[in-house]
Amino acid sequence: MSVSQPPPVGLRGRATLADREGFLAPLFLLPAVVYIIALVAIPLLMALAFAFSDVTVGDPSFEWVGLRNFDAIFDDPVFWRSLRNTLVFTVISMALTIVLAKALAMILLANFRFKWVVRFLVLLPWTTPIALAAVAWLWMLDSVYSPIDWVLRSLGFIESNVYWLGKDDLAMASVIAVHTWRIVPLAAVIILAGLISIPDDINDAAAIDGAGFWRKLFEITVPLTLPVIAVATLFGAVLTFTDMSVVYVLTRGGPENATQVLPSYAYLKGIGSGDLAQGAAIALFLFPLLLAAAIAILRSVKRMETF
Amino acid sequence: MALGVEVRRLKKHFHGGDVHAVDGVDLRAGEGEYLVLLGPSGCGKTTLLRTIAGLEDPTEGDVLIGGNVVNGLPPRARQVAMVFQSYALYPHKTVMQNIAFPLKAEKIAKEERERRAGWAAELLGIQHLLSRKPRQLSGGERQRVALARALVREPSVFLLDEPLSNLDAKLRALARDELKQFQGRVGTTTIYVTHDQAEAMGLGDRIAVMYEGRVRQVGPPREVYANPVDTFVATFLGSPPMNLVHRGDHLLGFRPENFLPAELVEGDGSRVTVSLEIARIEYLSGDRHVYGAINGMGEETRVIARLPATVTTPLEDGEVREFAVHERDLRFFDAESGEQTHAQPVRA
Repeated sequence: MSVSQPPPVGLRGRATLADREGFLAPLFLLPAVVYIIALVAIPLLMALAFAFSDVTVGDPSFEWVGLRNFDAIFDDPVFWRSLRNTLVFTVISMALTIVLAKALAMILLANFRFKWVVRFLVLLPWTTPIALAAVAWLWMLDSVYSPIDWVLRSLGFIESNVYWLGKDDLAMASVIAVHTWRIVPLAAVIILAGLISIPDDINDAAAIDGAGFWRKLFEITVPLTLPVIAVATLFGAVLTFTDMSVVYVLTRGGPENATQVLPSYAYLKGIGSGDLAQGAAIALFLFPLLLAAAIAILRSVKRMETF
Repeated sequence: MALGVEVRRLKKHFHGGDVHAVDGVDLRAGEGEYLVLLGPSGCGKTTLLRTIAGLEDPTEGDVLIGGNVVNGLPPRARQVAMVFQSYALYPHKTVMQNIAFPLKAEKIAKEERERRAGWAAELLGIQHLLSRKPRQLSGGERQRVALARALVREPSVFLLDEPLSNLDAKLRALARDELKQFQGRVGTTTIYVTHDQAEAMGLGDRIAVMYEGRVRQVGPPREVYANPVDTFVATFLGSPPMNLVHRGDHLLGFRPENFLPAELVEGDGSRVTVSLEIARIEYLSGDRHVYGAINGMGEETRVIARLPATVTTPLEDGEVREFAVHERDLRFFDAESGEQTHAQPVRA
């Protein structure tokens, strides 16, 4: 036997810094903690403080004014309208998003020729910068040059232009449609991940057991992906609830505040009119609803683990 | 009612024809028969089963159930039930809902569904589990639920894809016995896929040995074991496998249990004797497996002899002993093709 032996391992060397978890764990957590404190916690606390002050852009000196800002916004009909609009905007776009995203996810999962083209097109809205996409939609919905109106007119469905962004309900519908268009790809990809995680055997068993398309959808696929759908919905709801970009670019809250939502109104008050204190008080109303959504997300993720 | 199953010149190719998973299979399972598809992993047995079930479309050839061509029919129209290796229970449904699901798909009323699911559960002894979810069940219990779900529709054909492979060894032997008795009671045509020869030998009325997408041999277990058509079947079946000794243009085959110390093989004129140089002896559940090399029968070859517990002849490592095999236990294979050939003179 002439197999060369490895040199005997002695008990040499000491634990270095890299071996000490007590040192490494805080070190690696530090950047995230700094980031959250600087960009989330401090602004949040400042917003809280500002809501009870008289700070404006012109006069940043802090003076405590108690609930005066809240009294003012509760008396403001535009605030109530914005709150209602926010809820309508969120609920309707989420309902549309989930149904469309589920259908898209099933298309993404299916096997067919030129699948990559479809995948690319599906993901395109999500990857397009929001400002660019909204400007494109602004033209699509333009009161004079709208290509949608042009097509409808040529087909004889309408006599004159629709003024998509000029009438209350149509403006809201347009904002919801554009936002849904934008958020569906994200939801579709999340739901796709859920669909992929269903074992092939389960799908085969359903086929053997005689389940048709709809029965399989409602009795097997949807229940098994429910936690994932819940996550997609809640993420979408948070993104919708706090989003003002589509509203801001398309309508700036108009016509006559028909599409004003809380984030856009807070921005209008706080930055537009310079009344930081009122803007902060309005924005604060997002907080309890978002907190509820965050708790719901965490709970459904936990449910997913116990399956 | 049991129906016969037949496949004719069946081919299933994947990846645009690059992979021939099933490569021209003709096979028939009679009404009420227990047919086992046996082969190593990747031999195409599961693909064949899935094609019969309707989960895969054949590339070529026909699948017949009860004498009718069912190509293109979806699984639900074929009156087949299948048990998967993973059992594929619906994790969000209770045992009752799992078993009753095939009936629900047939739009049978709720009361009738529950009555029949209860009947299937009773047959398998799982009535007490009906309100549980699959994750609260043991492997053996899950397997029973999967069987109950397959049974509840009273299908004409059972397709079982390695249903025992997720059970531990002890439970597996028990479940094998139960499965056999169970099929005897319901009398449904059963096609059973496995890579485990003990399951195949124990369960099958007939076994079909598959290799590389083709059926090499079909027959009753004893027949296939005793008379393998080629060297693949000869060495795939049996543990330890058949000994093969090169001798000119052919191979000489004999089972380890037929290769015994010479004095124990009767018939002076009809036995073939050879000296075995013993290298190692293993004791396995009473039997002795004797590993060694023989010289003088053909080329020098390493062989294995299996001595039953009743043979107490003392043997030592390193010893050279006369071993023998009876002429009727010799099999002959062509050295090139591996196929069985007619007997050749051995003691020339």
